[in-house]
Amino acid sequence: MSADGRSLGIRLRERDLAAAPAALNLLESSAPADLQQARLLLDELSPQALGGEPAGHLIGLTGPPGAGKSTLLSALARELRERERTVAILAVDPSSRRSGGSLLGDRARIEHDPADRGLLIRSTAAGQRLGGIAAPTRAAALALAACFDVVIVETVGVGQAETDVADLADTVAVVVQPGSGDALQFIKAGIMEVPDVLVVTKSDLGQVAMKARRDLSAALRSLGASETEVVAVSSLPPAQGVAELLAALERHRARIDVTARRAAGRREAALRSFTLEHGEAALRALGGRRAASARLEAAEDELDERQLVGLLEEQLS
Amino acid sequence: MDSPASPRREKPDRPWMMRTYAGHSTAKASNELYRRNLEKGQTGLSVAFDLPTQTGYDAGDELARGEVGKVGVPIAHRGDMEALMAGIPLAEMNTSMTINATAAWLLALYIVAAESEGVEESVLQGTTQNDIIKEFLARGTYAFPPGPSMRLIADMIAYTVEHVPKWNPINICSYHLQEAGATPVQEIAYSMSNAIAVLDAARERVPSEVMAKVFGRISFFVNAGVRFVEEHAKLRAMGILWEQLGRERYGVSDPSLLRLRYGVQVNSLGLTEAQPENNVQRIVLEMLAVTLGRNARARAIQLPAWNEALGLPRPWDQQWSLRIQQVMAYETDLLEYDDIFEGSKVMDGLVAELLDGARAEMAVVAEHGGAVEAVPYMKAALVDSHRERLRAIESGEQVVVGMNRFTETEESPLTADAEGGILVVDPAVEQQQIENIAAWRAERDEQAVRRALDELATVARGDAGETNLMVPTIAAARAGATTGEWAATLRDVFGSYRAPTGVGEASAAVADADLDELRGEVEALIDVLGRRPKILIGKPGLDGHSNGAEQIAVRARDAGMDVVYEGIRLTPAQIAASALQEGVHVVGLSILSGSHRALIPDVVERLRAEGVQAPVIVGGIIPEQDVAELRAAGVAAVYTPKDFDITGIMRDIVRLVAESAGQGAPAPSGAA
Repeated sequence: MSADGRSLGIRLRERDLAAAPAALNLLESSAPADLQQARLLLDELSPQALGGEPAGHLIGLTGPPGAGKSTLLSALARELRERERTVAILAVDPSSRRSGGSLLGDRARIEHDPADRGLLIRSTAAGQRLGGIAAPTRAAALALAACFDVVIVETVGVGQAETDVADLADTVAVVVQPGSGDALQFIKAGIMEVPDVLVVTKSDLGQVAMKARRDLSAALRSLGASETEVVAVSSLPPAQGVAELLAALERHRARIDVTARRAAGRREAALRSFTLEHGEAALRALGGRRAASARLEAAEDELDERQLVGLLEEQLS
Repeated sequence: MDSPASPRREKPDRPWMMRTYAGHSTAKASNELYRRNLEKGQTGLSVAFDLPTQTGYDAGDELARGEVGKVGVPIAHRGDMEALMAGIPLAEMNTSMTINATAAWLLALYIVAAESEGVEESVLQGTTQNDIIKEFLARGTYAFPPGPSMRLIADMIAYTVEHVPKWNPINICSYHLQEAGATPVQEIAYSMSNAIAVLDAARERVPSEVMAKVFGRISFFVNAGVRFVEEHAKLRAMGILWEQLGRERYGVSDPSLLRLRYGVQVNSLGLTEAQPENNVQRIVLEMLAVTLGRNARARAIQLPAWNEALGLPRPWDQQWSLRIQQVMAYETDLLEYDDIFEGSKVMDGLVAELLDGARAEMAVVAEHGGAVEAVPYMKAALVDSHRERLRAIESGEQVVVGMNRFTETEESPLTADAEGGILVVDPAVEQQQIENIAAWRAERDEQAVRRALDELATVARGDAGETNLMVPTIAAARAGATTGEWAATLRDVFGSYRAPTGVGEASAAVADADLDELRGEVEALIDVLGRRPKILIGKPGLDGHSNGAEQIAVRARDAGMDVVYEGIRLTPAQIAASALQEGVHVVGLSILSGSHRALIPDVVERLRAEGVQAPVIVGGIIPEQDVAELRAAGVAAVYTPKDFDITGIMRDIVRLVAESAGQGAPAPSGAA
């Protein structure tokens, strides 16, 4: 028995937060009947139906394990709730290659008041997309952005996850701890994209954190990325820097063209989904990556990821 | 030619201190129990506190529900402590308290209670367990983050060394590490690393000339399993490492201060629910591990009761364990000889092997930056070891008589009574304690309490220079503050904390045909559900014994499920909200502390009220006679220590989820 996608979509559009868990169950499902209902749900939340992009601020939070992401997330959520902004957190953890199962442990680290219905935490597994974000999660994030003021997608690590989150989020924040030169090296080597905001955690460490912050700022300037703000935070009580981080995230979003960024992200994501599903050979059959990109560029901005993949698939047959 | 020296000692040794870990219901009931135990020949007290007292909540707090008076005695204020110790000569008594996060507070109450009897703090003898690192690793009754917790410990050490010189301010516990699955090498290495972290923190707080005295006051609380020969070698190895540590790292030279002093509770982990009478011989053999060799003999021993895997032991059950100690001490010839292993090649070889392993593992912990920083590493390593242990039992490689071999049995007369051979705490004690606290508050000088707590907060924030936290803590105890108020004041300043769960880092399962077959069933279930089966695992209430829940979580992942592991100390409302938000297909709850009758039906009710129809399974120490009640409340299955086949439990879960999906019940959870 499948849930009613259309009514769930309408409820989300009307910002009925209680509809979110059921909507997520539907969007994560691959059962044929559910896929159909999920389509109906997403139709209710399309830019046409909404009269624009979903309004919520999509934030990507990523960084190496142990950098303090969950604790920071906890502090960020608290700060947002104090300002009466509704928050949805999608915490993405990797799946085991061997069993396909996953251990989703972030929920245990994020403080949450069960009576507060303005904060939703959903743990999801990355699935086969190793280290990245599964397509249903991307759809879910967009759907939640129609309903919640802020949607934060948290992922572990560098690599696929970081690329995926960059395509999804309006603002990407990378979290590093002081003393770890990795992030700096990755950025310099071009392994990692320059984030929109760089967060140095554990600023209670004092000198070390301040030095890390200075080094990162200098490195970013030398790369010409002077717009990237570097914020130092401490999640230990008394928490410090969380309000500053929030301000930096909001400044970034105010600076960008959200519609254009999301449309570009969807095209990138569609191209990768297509390649993942049909292989490099299929991409070559379309005339290569550039030709496929051009095909997507020609499509309307409003199309979602699935529709874009559909366009490429049409050309295959 | 000299005649060989007599193998006999001129005079037999004095026996170790004999204790029974006891306390339940109320201060008054526990006091009666202590006095009876002392009359029976027990020579020291070992106070078991209930979980609200251990974690710093008063009866009446939402988290305390179902836990008041269960696994120990509730002590909320000075008056409770006075009632607990009434008629017991505190100047002579040696009192051990299993108390950690709130140790400073309970010691303060003990000092103030003694004061009211005219006994000065300088003569008090005893031990506060006070080992917070193992709480993060294994036992779960922490209250504050690591940094402030270590400061509290260091302050207690600095205070007692000066003012309560016969007190052992901390008992470094390897005990709970073994319960969490530690191998002997891990047990030695992690407890020694832990001791280093504590001593290093203390070094910052005391003048250097008293450091040797501080070293001499650190004692250990160890475990002894049924492999008693190796277990004895473990204690000899710990003695060698401890002495080396004292000499090399802390510059101690006085031999009397360099001796490893330890108390023991022998292993509860290996005690079985199946054929529980066999636990008696296990306990006896485990006791040999800590008494046989004079050079590594325990200073104090408490034995578990034969029925601990069934529920709470009764006074008679505990008496049986005390009598085991007395037979060993007074009937056998054990205490008449020098060390019987000296010169044994086997023993020396075992000790050398353990020393090598422990030193290597200590180096790994040091590389992580010491025990505090290495908590996530150690936790993950313990979860892995525990998994290996359970695998060996499941496969039959490790024999547990009566459980995975020789399981044919006659009906046991020991469990035949209506209560199933355990102690059942009257649920009314919770309400009594709530009223007791209300009456206490009505009587006390409210302004004095406020002032004392404000001063505590000031010192905690560091606004009062280097003032030792024990000073305002004792003042607050004297003024009449409650356990919950003391802890809440510090939580406000220090913040709360959730320890790492260790499950995320647990390595993937080894190849296993049973598990492969199960994965096939899980894959098939994905087609039915539309997504991978998702399970929520959590522990309602204050019980911090998460080893079992962690193993279920890891195995569920290895079976191919998506596992939301929520950890410990959850309210029923939190579990229900999580199940809804996460869209899980099944909920697994674990309770070992006896609060299942109050908490589990509440969780089920709240889940259904949220529209979550997912089946609920329960694991833990659940007495047979409570199972029907839980089933009637809507629990789909109950698992107890006799259900050691975890892969079998996983198979049940898959079947449950399939059934619940097939019934055309509303989509698993949260569906509109």
